[in-house]
Amino acid sequence: MSGTSNETARRMAMLRDMARIRAFEREAVAAMREGKAPGVVHPSIGQEAVAVGVCANLRRADRITSTHRGHGHAIAKGADARAMMLELHGRAGGSCGGKGGSMHIADFAVGMLGANGVVGAGIPIACGAAQAIRLTKEDAIVACFFGDGAVNRGPFLEGMNWAALYRLPVLFVCEDNGFAAFTRNSAVTAGGGPAVRAEACGVPATGVDGEDALAVDAVAAELVARVRAGAGPQFLHAKCYRWEGHTGTDAAAYRPAEEAAAARQRDCIRRLAALLVAAGVSEGEIAALEAGAAAEMAGHRAAAMAAPWPDPGAAFTDVQDAGAPA
Amino acid sequence: MTRMSFAEATRRALADEMRRDPLVWALGEDLVQGGIFGQYKGLAEEFGADRIVSTPISESTIMGAGLGAALCGTRPIVEMRIADFTLCAMDELVSQIAKVRYMFGGQGRAALVVRMPQGMWRNSAAQHSQCLEAWLTHIPGLVVAAPGTPADAAGLLKAAIRSDDPVVLMEPKNLWTSEGEVPEKVAPIPFGVARHAAAGDAATVVTWSATVPVAEQGALESGLACDVFDLRSLWPWDEAAVIASARRTRRLLVVHEAVTVSGFGAEVVARVVEALGPGGLAAVERLGAPRAPVPFSPPLEDSLRITPARVADAIRRLAAR
Repeated sequence: MSGTSNETARRMAMLRDMARIRAFEREAVAAMREGKAPGVVHPSIGQEAVAVGVCANLRRADRITSTHRGHGHAIAKGADARAMMLELHGRAGGSCGGKGGSMHIADFAVGMLGANGVVGAGIPIACGAAQAIRLTKEDAIVACFFGDGAVNRGPFLEGMNWAALYRLPVLFVCEDNGFAAFTRNSAVTAGGGPAVRAEACGVPATGVDGEDALAVDAVAAELVARVRAGAGPQFLHAKCYRWEGHTGTDAAAYRPAEEAAAARQRDCIRRLAALLVAAGVSEGEIAALEAGAAAEMAGHRAAAMAAPWPDPGAAFTDVQDAGAPA
Repeated sequence: MTRMSFAEATRRALADEMRRDPLVWALGEDLVQGGIFGQYKGLAEEFGADRIVSTPISESTIMGAGLGAALCGTRPIVEMRIADFTLCAMDELVSQIAKVRYMFGGQGRAALVVRMPQGMWRNSAAQHSQCLEAWLTHIPGLVVAAPGTPADAAGLLKAAIRSDDPVVLMEPKNLWTSEGEVPEKVAPIPFGVARHAAAGDAATVVTWSATVPVAEQGALESGLACDVFDLRSLWPWDEAAVIASARRTRRLLVVHEAVTVSGFGAEVVARVVEALGPGGLAAVERLGAPRAPVPFSPPLEDSLRITPARVADAIRRLAAR
């Protein structure tokens, strides 16, 4: 019986993080559309099960590298959501002091080595992080998130070969949301796709329904265990769907509305909630969990709007020690 | 002091640092075999394949993995083989390494060294002979060093390894086998301090990297006593020493192997003029390459080469004004 209740608690924790990611991104998109958050946000709404299902199997000491669509990865890894919200509002107290914004959120305290504004750029970084972990005999692994668009960049090929060659402790997670910016990725990708390419370099690949949090959790658990055991890099190909456009203001007119509507019907949050209800969790508990997530993120947004702007002088700090700006 | 080559001086300096700090390691093509200039010779035997890592020809990942390794607390030496190949890893250098500390608000640092031997060497032609130091001095976040003697190459390598900034070390390919006096115990050389190679009042001559011995010889051949500065590092660079000298000599010559147009010599001249005012100099000249790729055939390559005779001529021209 305690096994069952532990399982339910784990699933509730996953649901909570998925709801928090969605609430965070709803607030972020609204803030961008209202002009309150400067710059651009790239929402991962609809993809929450991948971030949470993978990170549920990581420890604090493990590292992740992330993407321009990285809020979910950061929150799932335990990053400070309030500091993240301040960051994408450009405020003092943000994760990066307002110097990075949505695309460069990092939280080194929880092993989140940074989102990245360049597609695929996290792959070489993850390889090197894993090499350093090995050199220093640290008990940790690296999870490297990237999108399907990244498989057409050179660093993807280099990184797969490199990780396999040195048998590095890396879990590569290809979040295949179907779109490379405004273009359907299948329209610009030849051959058998991400998993085939990884396997060609000797990285074993496993596919999963990325809209099924429990499936992602189960597969990630297996792959993470293999990586920790020294089996070398593993590749998780998670199929999902990007509900929103490329950015918070992209209406995604380049795809049929019914396709996105169908994806919303497959909502990973509702699927996990339904399983929990079937396992005996009350509808009221689920609703309270989601309301709590929404209230948390609304509170963070209010805090961000109330937070001071950074001191203008901060624009010239943390550039470099030798030859710093005068 | 011991007389030794550039390659040997830097090899010993790297070995010293690797013995001192177990977090220092190197990655790049053919390192286990000693590197193409012998600057890693014997290090794999001493330090093992986890610290002297021969890599695939994957420049983006050599550079990017260096960053990931630095963010996890080690101090990698990223070997680019030759500077031209850095162009295959510019995102990793310019948009990742140079910016990571800044854009993450100081949470992490890219404490690493990127070695990129540069310039003309053995008729290597257009894709293996470039001097692109000015590109990198333009990038906030990077320290750029370009030594011209074996002792300075060793001291700057030590400083680069111990620095918490990402340091680009551009060794002159043509000088790997040239010899110079190197102290028994090499101390790190601080960035931004020029070596005052010769003293005089006829002109201020500023140079770095492969043209250091050329400019020194040219100044001798000119028959005029010049203030010769080997900048050693280009960012930061020793503005104070150069400006003070130019204020006195009122004649400024900058000598570099790179293309003159938008070369770092333009920055040197501009800063001196800003400091001294438009009337502060009686004469100024930049001696660099024409805006042409480096050709293959020896006589064609020689037509681009800075020689002591050309430096001497330029000094005499300046002194006559």
